Amino acid sequence: MKGIHIRIWKDRLATGTVWFLSLLPLIPLALILFFIVSKGISSLSWSFLTSLPKPPGETGGGVFNAIVGTAMLIVLASILAVPMGVMAGVYLSEFKGKALPGLVRTAADLLQGIPSIVVGIIAYAWVVLPMHGFNALAGGVALAIIMIPIIVRTTEEVLLLVPQELREASLALGASRWRTILKVVIPTGLAGVTTGILVSIARIAGETAPLLFTAFGNPFLALKVTEPVNALPLVIFNYATSPYQDWWRQAWGASIILVAMVFLLNITAKAIAKRMGGSVTNE
Amino acid sequence: MLEKALEDLQNKVRKAAFLAEGMVNKAEKALEERKGELAREVIEKDEEELDLLDLEITEDVIRIFARYQPKARDLRMTLAIFNINRYLERAGDHAVNIAEYTLDLVDKPLVKPLIDIPRMAQIASEMLKDSINAFMKGDAEEALRVIERDDEVDNLLEQVRRELITYMVSNSSTIDRGLKLTSIARNLERIADLATNIAEETVFLEKGKIIKHTKP
Amino acid sequence: MNNVTLKTENLCAYFGKQQVLKKVNLSIVENKVTAIMGPSGCGKTTLIRCLNRMHETTPGARLTGRIWLKDQDLLSMNPMLVRRKVGMVFQKPNPFPTMSIYNNVLAGYRLNGIRLKKREADRTVEEALRSAALWDEVKDALHKRGTFLSGGQQQRLCIARALAVKPEALLMDEPTSALDPKATDHIERLMAKLKKQVTIVIVTHNIAQAGRISDYTAFMYLGELIEYGTTETLFTAPKDPRTEEYLTGKFG
Repeated sequence: MKGIHIRIWKDRLATGTVWFLSLLPLIPLALILFFIVSKGISSLSWSFLTSLPKPPGETGGGVFNAIVGTAMLIVLASILAVPMGVMAGVYLSEFKGKALPGLVRTAADLLQGIPSIVVGIIAYAWVVLPMHGFNALAGGVALAIIMIPIIVRTTEEVLLLVPQELREASLALGASRWRTILKVVIPTGLAGVTTGILVSIARIAGETAPLLFTAFGNPFLALKVTEPVNALPLVIFNYATSPYQDWWRQAWGASIILVAMVFLLNITAKAIAKRMGGSVTNE
Repeated sequence: MLEKALEDLQNKVRKAAFLAEGMVNKAEKALEERKGELAREVIEKDEEELDLLDLEITEDVIRIFARYQPKARDLRMTLAIFNINRYLERAGDHAVNIAEYTLDLVDKPLVKPLIDIPRMAQIASEMLKDSINAFMKGDAEEALRVIERDDEVDNLLEQVRRELITYMVSNSSTIDRGLKLTSIARNLERIADLATNIAEETVFLEKGKIIKHTKP
Repeated sequence: MNNVTLKTENLCAYFGKQQVLKKVNLSIVENKVTAIMGPSGCGKTTLIRCLNRMHETTPGARLTGRIWLKDQDLLSMNPMLVRRKVGMVFQKPNPFPTMSIYNNVLAGYRLNGIRLKKREADRTVEEALRSAALWDEVKDALHKRGTFLSGGQQQRLCIARALAVKPEALLMDEPTSALDPKATDHIERLMAKLKKQVTIVIVTHNIAQAGRISDYTAFMYLGELIEYGTTETLFTAPKDPRTEEYLTGKFG
């Protein structure tokens, strides 16, 4: 039976090729991680995380203000983007209409397509100019604009997955449309909605271009929303393009922190989806 | 649901059997003790009660079939009760016939001492009681025993006929009474037959086999 | 004599231009089980969805005619109020997955913004679960999620949830077609007891089930009410030949 042997070999070859190709992407990832860690591990220390940057030319210092700044920007952007994005997502999934839903969806898609640097310039024109200076708020606005479409689409998708029977059950008990949405639909899809928000945060955590014209960066610790603020991506950008070797080292260190943050966010999002995901995807 | 409906039905048929058996006993007692009121009770009161039950049971059976489509033993039970009900109603009719003849005979002298007729009545009444008991207990063996006793009743009927014919031939004034007594005996024989029919239903119920028209 | 809980007068229902109910005149008798049966597409589900005004929640759906709940005009009442007085249980059991059994039973109150004191809440939950013949099975697990129950138990939970708000009528849309025979039997027995508490209207495509559990039966075909009467009459001597054909399996 010659035919069967050839077929077995073909099958093994195909399986092997698929295996190989699936493992390929892991290589660049591993290389990147290895590279970053090896270059930046030397600068990681408690003082690095807790002290402020030293003036150019001096060695030492830390990225405390950048960490705080990144956190601030995330919070600002979330406050602006989450309510609007979730509401739009709820609208798209729960309400039918002839023209408006299509319009909203298209708007979200277009928004998602705007290059982040353009978003930065827009935020510059809208917030920085009227306020006569760079500030954290502008950074928050820019990042929010990037977050909104992601939140809108994930919210809509997740809520569409909530079985129609649950809405019917709620209505049949005499509940209003809105109570049904707030107390049944959203809680059921909460895992997905939360994941969507976390994913959008992970997305903007490392955005650099918009921050160039908005938050701008600050060597000092800034806590006021009306002042420019430092952020990890800005640190990486500024230090790496500087002539100081110590700063290059610190840029690697900041990179590790940033990558670690994004990883953590993604893992948390997955964990939440798994734990609470039973509500929507299982029986 | 179905179990309750069947339970109610069984209770009703037990009640009907009790009634029918009572009618046979009462009619016989009326004849033996020459009590016209007993005969009238059978004709006027008992018959009506039995007919009402008959109607109820028939309607109940139809309802059970329509609603529940009984299967297996439940099906056989429902059919058996339907038939038993019919037999009991006929037994009641025969008891009424006996009572009617009795009414004619109470105020007239006896043709001969009553021995065989009361004996027939006793066996027929027992057969009725035992066949219903066998049905209620689901005892096919006891049902078969009931069927065997039918021969005794048939023999007694022959005996009564021969005796009464002898009397009627020798004395024409006894013809009217003799004929009526013969009729009474015939009705009792029919009641015994109906009891065997009831017993056959029990065999059908328990064994799933129809043993009509066969000899055990 | 017999009181009427729900009554429709020349009820017509539409999905857009398509008419799915044609001048239905039906009276539902109090504290009895009324079955509505008919082949697929006959309008039976649409009919009960009109009775608790769920029909109009579908975009493009509308109805004309009148519906009475006792002596109140259902169509001029607030639809949310109607749905509290006329409860519904669906084909696929649908307990709220994010709520515990306890909260599921109370959902009718919580979703309407009504807060019950703990003692009253406990009592309501127990009564409802007992009425649904589920209390003994879940009384020690009231704060667990409802989705861990079996299909039959979930359906009884949905029944308890509907009963908790003490409706005047309970509509059931093929409540056992997604359940196994044992669970189905459980719920059929439950309905026989429940009808003393609440008027029941059940839509079923299972003729035998209608025969077993209902006191009155309505037969519908192509949006029309063809025949209505006591189950006994309908099943033994139906008046309309179409009813007879349906019952004997000639179509549907």
